Amino acid sequence: MAHSFATFAYLVSGVLFILALRGLSHPSTSRRGNYTGMIGMGIAILTTLIYAVPSFGSLVLIVLGLAIGAVIGAVIARKIPMTDMPQLVAAFHSLVGLAAVMVAAGALYSPAAFNIGNVGSIEIQALVEMSVGVAIGAITFTGSIIAFAKLDGRMSGKPIVLPMRHWINIGLGVAVVVFVIVFAVTESHLAFWLIVVASLALGVLLIVPIGGADMPVVVSMLNSYSGWAAAGIGFTLQNLALIITGALVGSSGAILSYIMCKGMNRSFISVILGGFGGESSSPTADDLGDRTVKQGSAEDAAYLMKNANQVIIVPGYGMAVAQAQHVLSEMVSVLKKSGVTVKYAIHPVAGRMPGHMNVLLAEANVPYDDVFELEDVNSEFKQTDVAFVIGANDVTNPSARDDKASPIYGMPIANVDDAATCLFLKRSLSSGYAGIDNSLFYKDKTMMLFGDAKDMVEKIVKSLEE
Amino acid sequence: MENETVQNTLQKLDEAGLSIGEARTGVEQMIAQSHALEAAGHAATSGAPFVYYLAIFVMACFVGYYVVWSVTSALHTPLMSVTNAISSVIVVGAILAIALSTSWAATIFGFIGLVLASVNIFGGFLVTQRMLSMYKKKN
Repeated sequence: MAHSFATFAYLVSGVLFILALRGLSHPSTSRRGNYTGMIGMGIAILTTLIYAVPSFGSLVLIVLGLAIGAVIGAVIARKIPMTDMPQLVAAFHSLVGLAAVMVAAGALYSPAAFNIGNVGSIEIQALVEMSVGVAIGAITFTGSIIAFAKLDGRMSGKPIVLPMRHWINIGLGVAVVVFVIVFAVTESHLAFWLIVVASLALGVLLIVPIGGADMPVVVSMLNSYSGWAAAGIGFTLQNLALIITGALVGSSGAILSYIMCKGMNRSFISVILGGFGGESSSPTADDLGDRTVKQGSAEDAAYLMKNANQVIIVPGYGMAVAQAQHVLSEMVSVLKKSGVTVKYAIHPVAGRMPGHMNVLLAEANVPYDDVFELEDVNSEFKQTDVAFVIGANDVTNPSARDDKASPIYGMPIANVDDAATCLFLKRSLSSGYAGIDNSLFYKDKTMMLFGDAKDMVEKIVKSLEE
Repeated sequence: MENETVQNTLQKLDEAGLSIGEARTGVEQMIAQSHALEAAGHAATSGAPFVYYLAIFVMACFVGYYVVWSVTSALHTPLMSVTNAISSVIVVGAILAIALSTSWAATIFGFIGLVLASVNIFGGFLVTQRMLSMYKKKN
């Protein structure tokens, strides 16, 4: 196939990828968007096969590789529970990172395949592009593995703060730059692998100090990195599909990181520097002092909600952990039947990754037009009879609004204290991810429902149906 | 008579000189043109591409910026999984490394890259599909 025709075909698949993302602007067009993306990928793969004309042996190897990946990928995609999406996405990012390293290594050992010269005389420009791609790819790989381990609970969510870590990171960063220069000048294979090793170490060290609460930012950031790595390799290969996709993915991840940072009122730099948040410390009953808590039962909650005009539900990650979203959706349909207006208010950082809570609710058959962004319904709490907080904590903490000394000061919160009654479904009085006590628990119009979210909501449903 | 012949000859010599001059400028022009052609050809094959690809990259960053801001926040998780799937278009590099390989090392690296990217392509698109199929309208 002529080179210019292949270039054109890659451009087409790049445009199809843009349209795939465009489709996600509304749930009704999103599925078509996803198909568009699949077609784009199909075109890119077919074009490469026709352009490269592999020998029979190579073709067998390629089909075999694709088939192995297809089986593993399909099984994972089918089996993965929706609560585990953040881990899965982190794991997938690590694969893209490692794939970028592998493709760069392939280009180094067989440069003629990529039209960039011969072994020992690869163009300097290609060497620089290759080393940028490989460095970002390697950082993405190990960084994503750490993020995966933290999200999956295989590793503590606590920030691991090494002494002098900033100096170690700067040292490693400088080392990577030096190796890149040596590699670009000498095309030494040793220098290439030194770039890989130093970047792998850097990936680990960059992510371990970041606490569990900041994971949504980390996942988005790694998403962005995987895009930049792909773009770097795209320049080496002079491939339009890769360059366009890399740019799209890179900017997408960057925007999501920005939205997550804004949702937590944290600066991107402070997230990167790490050391914030971790496992929650729970104050015992003795710490309460003279503050009292009003505790209610499932029957009380059912009574309050049945007689309400409007109920707004504020779900948090605790709901997902308890797998309460299905029974919650059942509760809502019972309430709706008796004429109560019910809305869901989603905080930008509810869940462990951008948009996670929406997926969990969608899985529980909650129609998407019942689900609102927090800023769209936050003013409605004043006219709301019952705010039902389930498995969320920090996102309702009024200290983010009033207490300048609070670590979460300035974070947008759900104004659940504006509602006539605030029902708080929680396991205990423990503080949230950020480790801050919530003064809302001790207010007069707050009623605490202690227990497992799923059990409690089941009891509420039972008492509503009676 | 002799004088006339000599003058005729001189005139012809002059004319010949003029044509030689013309021929010379013609050749000079040709050489100049061929230099320009060569330069144009050179620019098309080696000098321009980086700037050309960089331009596309920068434009695609802007396109990405606007397209991603138009994505509804309810679909941010599918956005991440689909961007993940499409970034596996790096599979193109892996296929080239295998198909046009000149060393066994490149074939092995290419194959590993191919399997990893392929897991991502199929896993990414299918899990996105599964998520999107759950988004329903109020009935």
